[in-house]
Amino acid sequence: MGEAALFWIMAPIAVLGALGLVFSRKAVHGALCLAATMVSLALFYIAQEAPFLGVVQIVVYTGAIMMLFLFVIMLVGVDSSDSRVETIRGQRVAATLAILGVVLLLSAVTIRATLPEEPAGLAQASPDGNVPAIADLIFGTYFWAFEVVAALLITAAVGAMTLTHRERIFHRPTQKELSIKRFSEGPPEEAAGLPVPGVYARHNAVDTPALLPDGTPSEASINRVLVARGAARSSDEFRHHPTPADVEAAAEGETDEPAGQIGADDDARGGERA
Amino acid sequence: MNPTNYLVLSVILFAIGASGVLIRRNALVAFMSVELMLNAANLAFVTFARMHGNLDGQIVAFFVMVVAAAEVVVGLAIIVTIFRTRRSASVDDASLLKL
Repeated sequence: MGEAALFWIMAPIAVLGALGLVFSRKAVHGALCLAATMVSLALFYIAQEAPFLGVVQIVVYTGAIMMLFLFVIMLVGVDSSDSRVETIRGQRVAATLAILGVVLLLSAVTIRATLPEEPAGLAQASPDGNVPAIADLIFGTYFWAFEVVAALLITAAVGAMTLTHRERIFHRPTQKELSIKRFSEGPPEEAAGLPVPGVYARHNAVDTPALLPDGTPSEASINRVLVARGAARSSDEFRHHPTPADVEAAAEGETDEPAGQIGADDDARGGERA
Repeated sequence: MNPTNYLVLSVILFAIGASGVLIRRNALVAFMSVELMLNAANLAFVTFARMHGNLDGQIVAFFVMVVAAAEVVVGLAIIVTIFRTRRSASVDDASLLKL
């Protein structure tokens, strides 16, 4: 009874997740849909007396493999969506027909086959529980397969490293060389480094330009890529807009005190405002 | 509950995965569809293991998972390499058998 309820709740979720993978335009959404399908499959494994496989499914598939997919999607670009153009004409229709044929054929075979109505259950095959029984098989009957699979995993790891490795063609400049270059070639005001972006009392983010002492936003403080994408924000809302009282106070301060004292005066007023 | 339900579910998931491989042009999505097909096969293995009271099906499903992990590592490395040279993750762009 409980198993039937689990099945009829989780099976639609699994199918919807799979459909989401095929029909979502963005690869990220597809990956998340697939993760939902894999979690529901893990529940099916646990319901079907395979707790070890259920846990491995969650740890290896949803934990490791899907995260790997998400990392690669981030490398390739989250926005990379498919083109809708059919490369081969009529391919989608043909594919849909073929898939319908596969579903009909396979489900007709499974439904009409003479299978036991009630599952035999694994109580006899695994008297000490699921994990000891699986360990017996892996390290007994399937020992060689296990060793070969270990070799395969190592080969795959080495292969992935060789495939993604890139030789550095140019010498990478060290911090010292960069510093010397700044002083000898760059404009003198940039020799000590560019201004840092967006550090304000109420806001701290790389997309907001810093304000120079005269109150103008500094173009050099934010990344050019952000500006080109149109992702840079205006720093205007974080600027101090003087109220009439402030202007008056500043005017008084200027008449009373020499110009060198203005900074200290500013600090004092800032304290009062806070 | 009749365990045939699980088999039919695995058939449906397998077919959806196959349709993803056939229809989608994005290499990553096609690759994830292959994973879905492997998962559907695993569900059938686990169901048969329970149906016949024999643990071998679970062992095979376990090995399928391990091989799938190795396959994902190499496949994603290939996709990343192709993306680096062609700036595209579409299966149609890598048609020259060279980088």
